[in-house]
Amino acid sequence: MNSCESTREEKKVLKIDNSLGLHARAAGKIVALANQYESKLFLRKDKEEVDGSSILSILTLSCPKGTEVEAKIVGEDSEVFMESLTELFANKFGEEA
Amino acid sequence: MTARRNEAKDTMQGIPVSPGIIIGKAHLVDRSRVKILYQYLIDEKQVSGEVERFENALRITEEQLQTLKNKMPEHVKGHSFILDSHVMILKDSMLRESAVHRIEEEKINAEWALKKSFNEIRKIFAQIDDEYISNRIQDVESVSEKILRNLSGETQESLAEIKERVIIVAHDLSPADTTELNISKVMGFITDVGGQTSHTAIMAQALEIPAVVGLESATARISDGDLLIVDGSTGEVVINPDDAEIIRYQEKQLQHEKYKSSIARISHLPAETPDGYRISIKANIEFLEEVTAVRDHGAEGIGLYRTEFLYLRSKGLPTEEELFSDYREVAEIMAPEPVTIRTLDLGGDKFASHIEIANEMNPAMGLRAIRLCLKEPGLFKTQLRAILRASTFGRVQLMFPMISGLQEVLEAKEMLNTVKQELDNEGIIYDENMPVGIMIEIPSAVTISDLLTRHVDFFSIGTNDLIQYALAIDRVNEHVAFMYQPFHPAILRMIQQVVQEGKKAGIKVSLCGEMAGDPLCTPILLGLGLDELSMNARSIPLVKNIVRAISLEQARQDFELVVQLNTARDVRDYLLTRMKKMIPELGEKSFFPG
Repeated sequence: MNSCESTREEKKVLKIDNSLGLHARAAGKIVALANQYESKLFLRKDKEEVDGSSILSILTLSCPKGTEVEAKIVGEDSEVFMESLTELFANKFGEEA
Repeated sequence: MTARRNEAKDTMQGIPVSPGIIIGKAHLVDRSRVKILYQYLIDEKQVSGEVERFENALRITEEQLQTLKNKMPEHVKGHSFILDSHVMILKDSMLRESAVHRIEEEKINAEWALKKSFNEIRKIFAQIDDEYISNRIQDVESVSEKILRNLSGETQESLAEIKERVIIVAHDLSPADTTELNISKVMGFITDVGGQTSHTAIMAQALEIPAVVGLESATARISDGDLLIVDGSTGEVVINPDDAEIIRYQEKQLQHEKYKSSIARISHLPAETPDGYRISIKANIEFLEEVTAVRDHGAEGIGLYRTEFLYLRSKGLPTEEELFSDYREVAEIMAPEPVTIRTLDLGGDKFASHIEIANEMNPAMGLRAIRLCLKEPGLFKTQLRAILRASTFGRVQLMFPMISGLQEVLEAKEMLNTVKQELDNEGIIYDENMPVGIMIEIPSAVTISDLLTRHVDFFSIGTNDLIQYALAIDRVNEHVAFMYQPFHPAILRMIQQVVQEGKKAGIKVSLCGEMAGDPLCTPILLGLGLDELSMNARSIPLVKNIVRAISLEQARQDFELVVQLNTARDVRDYLLTRMKKMIPELGEKSFFPG
């Protein structure tokens, strides 16, 4: 898996701002994004951390509007990945124009 | 927990729905949802094979989901997200990795592993407070079922690929299942669920092969390849019979065939009582291919052409041209005898995958038949155009199903007039005097039959549904199927009321349910004064023979007496005794199922 040296890692707290919360369609968009990058995404709410490429795991976090989650991305392209992820959250998952 | 082949002799009793005796091998079709095989794997080789089988089922499922997505019409593409999310669920570590892990660690088969993983996910989702999110377990369930089906699809050949002649053993057979059956390889059907009028029964009767339904545990007790004796006249099923039993049934089989051929020789003659009353005997059909058999059995026309078959194919709705050429052919072959075409009766237990029908709690009382047609004018008009166009090629009559009140009749007729006008504008000819009738199969229609007579040319009493609605018996529910009683005094009185109102108004009244083809019912239906009986072709020779053996006067007396009886059992017992006296050679129990 991860080779020598220190692995790149990005961490950021993101806020869920769309009125429906982190429901299936939004979670699906996160998974679709995660599938585009090499790096691995983890989402944490309170003490619970889940695999960001698993739509079911994300759903089990159960995040209504206003929830803050901590995104952790581990891997070579973690920086660009975090940028797109931040944008996805900021755009309210493209749901509210 | 592996299902073991049970060689022990065993007998079961079910509901006989299509007569005849067959001796042959069982072919198990597992279409029920939860029944899966649990197996432990023995060695590493089996484990890796099982993982591969599981991955393969996932691949097939993903392809199916993609195909579904591609087939979605443009205007609903917005919903394709659901299919995307199903693909994600399919690949989700909570499902996929955990199931593979289980196969490898717990050494269990893929179906079992998947079920365990699903149950775990369900537990987690059940704890989620947000109802919307916890309900997403339904998507996980739907995906799991698709995978399961693909898993079993590998170990079980599909119905289309059956090679030797077998007896089909299933929990239930859907119209979709029967459309893909290789009919020439099927000796008969037996199912766990179903009643007199389930799709399996109708299908078996149309094909003239024996069937027993409502056996409750047939799929659990019978293994693939077991030798079976099925008596479609008594409802007996013998699993792995001994030699003596086989010989006994072979003799019975012979007797049955002998009587059948003796009445078949005179089946083309009219059904006329000794005192000169003629009742018209017609046939019910479900598809074009049956028409020749109908003629051979001596039918004087088609009293009910069920038109759902063309709508049940897997590829899209039929076009107007396809419908037209089908109706035209039936009309031409039967001419000069009439053909009554019933408009689409979809919904309920007949499900067309390409018409969006919501999952209903009570499909029999839901959006189906004329209700669906009035809500989907496009669908309805296409069929009406096809029927009208075919009307000049023979004697075509039109019939609307599931009428509950006058409003529906008026709306359906208005739609018919609109279509006629369209054809006029296009210069297309049709039979302007084509008779238009309705099915009387909802109790409310019986009650207002006097009002309805003023707006239609004929009634056809559909007893299958009428009994179901009047007695509140779900005819596919194996736990109450026994209460589905054609001889219930309420049913006899309802038929009587409809016939009387029809006579008062001078319109024809026909009866096209299963009762029409039940020889026990023949005397009372005759006594009631029905103009026409429409039944499965194979019943025609026997029913005609009974009509020839009883005078109208006697039949009337029989009815007057029977309608005074208190219970269905009393009616049945009376008729049975009566029949044995009247036609001694019919005394053989096997002609009177149940």
